[in-house]
Amino acid sequence: MKNLNDLEKKINSELTTKVKSTKINHNHICINIENENLLEVVLFLKNNNQTRFKQLIDITAVDYPQNERRFKLVYLFLSHEFNSRIIIDFFINENEIVTSLTSVFPSSNWMEREVFDMYGIKFKDHPNLRRILTDYGFIGHPLRKDFPLTGHNEVRYSEDDKKVIYEPVKLEQNYRNFDYESPWEGTEYIKKQTKK
Amino acid sequence: MVKEKKTLNLNFGPQHPAAHGVLRLILELDGEVVEHADPHIGLLHRGTEKLIENKTYLQALPYFDRLDYVAPMNQEHAFALAVEKILNIEVPIRAQFIRVMFCEIGRILSHILNITTQALDVGALTPSLWGFEEREILMTFYERVSGSRLHANYFRTGGVHQDLPRGLSEDIAKFCQNFPKVINDLETLLTDNRIFKQRNVDIGIVSKQDALDYSFSGVMLRGSGIPWDLRKSQSYECYDQLDFKIPVGKNGDCYDRYLCRIEEMKESVNIINQCLVKMPSGPIKSLDGKISPPPKKELKESMEALIHHFKLFTEGYRVKKDEIYVAVEAPKGEFGVYLISDGSSKPYKCKIRAPGFSHLQAMDYLIKGHMLADVPAVLGSMDVVFGEIDR
Repeated sequence: MKNLNDLEKKINSELTTKVKSTKINHNHICINIENENLLEVVLFLKNNNQTRFKQLIDITAVDYPQNERRFKLVYLFLSHEFNSRIIIDFFINENEIVTSLTSVFPSSNWMEREVFDMYGIKFKDHPNLRRILTDYGFIGHPLRKDFPLTGHNEVRYSEDDKKVIYEPVKLEQNYRNFDYESPWEGTEYIKKQTKK
Repeated sequence: MVKEKKTLNLNFGPQHPAAHGVLRLILELDGEVVEHADPHIGLLHRGTEKLIENKTYLQALPYFDRLDYVAPMNQEHAFALAVEKILNIEVPIRAQFIRVMFCEIGRILSHILNITTQALDVGALTPSLWGFEEREILMTFYERVSGSRLHANYFRTGGVHQDLPRGLSEDIAKFCQNFPKVINDLETLLTDNRIFKQRNVDIGIVSKQDALDYSFSGVMLRGSGIPWDLRKSQSYECYDQLDFKIPVGKNGDCYDRYLCRIEEMKESVNIINQCLVKMPSGPIKSLDGKISPPPKKELKESMEALIHHFKLFTEGYRVKKDEIYVAVEAPKGEFGVYLISDGSSKPYKCKIRAPGFSHLQAMDYLIKGHMLADVPAVLGSMDVVFGEIDR
């Protein structure tokens, strides 16, 4: 369907309870679902004659450490026939396992590996879930908000050992994060002081 | 009696010149036939997305140059568009034309590099010598407008950093006059070349269905006969005011992709010419003082300008809470930025969708059953650049 409003109605009427909420934002339809309904929703969107989201554009996650359900998974799809895009998202907690889409979209293989690598989210039925972008033997998940920007280890070639060695990060100067928030609108520490 | 199958494992890369960067490709060979390919990527991973989360919107922009470093401004474009859409600011029309013009220059830069190195991989040296001369001219255009040949950092939210220096438009116009002749020269070397055809025709065929399933975009999709170009179908900036064609392949093999790129370069020249003609005079960045820094001269006269300057280069501008996905047609395919802003002056999350990532993923599917010598040909026609794949 070309018209986004019609498409939104169609999705709501066909998927009923499987969709928690829908909205149209910047010419994309965004739908919020539950983890366990992912495969069903994706299959519907791919195969239905009026949606035809045949291409998976990307999979990613967002980390909200303060939330009880910490990660938001985001799936982006594109329909060439109707020239429309859809964004599917849902929240999961740290230990939850997500169904892999590799059986529906072969391209999801590396995308899921990347999410696993960067956030440590596990996918069920993934044929080869291992790290992709980080180093062999890397520890931690870099895009989590609690992972430090400078990382834990640095590598260098050691002339003595004649090989590449790993060492804890040593910085001449620590990474500095300045607070530039405008004091006219209240910097965090001033706000706290005035509250007291 | 069943013969026991013996396969040989071969490590292709990460230092192989035909791997187009730091790709470690583990090939399982049966004789000379590739049975399985397992690309190991990430050797150029710099944590761009993590770094962007810790930088202001202005500081985040240069990281986009370092993704696909053969066409830097196309990447900057995606990020600039994403922020502009959230902030809902209008880009002056002159800036739009300048940006489109430099994106097309980027497309030519990327396609020259790809075509000539693809030819190099299958044994032709001359095209790269001829092509790189032209790239050098294009990079001087980059340098004249931004100050650097490669990492331009030229686009800004709301426009571009500076206006074109005097004489640049004339020189670009001159280049556009000469360049079609160079494309023809390249074509006489390659298009009907027997060896080039033997190495590329019917190699690495992608069917329409597989192109969709493997998330292909750009030339990889068009080479298989799917007429899809974001510049036309989801037109952004001023592309709807320009007249250009989308070349589409037929067979989906390496040779068709080469032909598509040649035609696209011709179209790009066409677009640049139109931009030069249609470009009006006027401002080159948004006039909103809360977004665009004031001109240097004003800093010495106006208190307000001084405050704006100080705020923009310390705190940066704030972007309201929102979520957006913006894609542009980069030379290699759909380059997208998925941006989540939280109301502060730093992005909360910035996912970069690199076209090469999904293309390289299909390496195993493309190369299965081909000969070892076809590996560089297929890799070359996929147009992989590790800056964007590893991020």
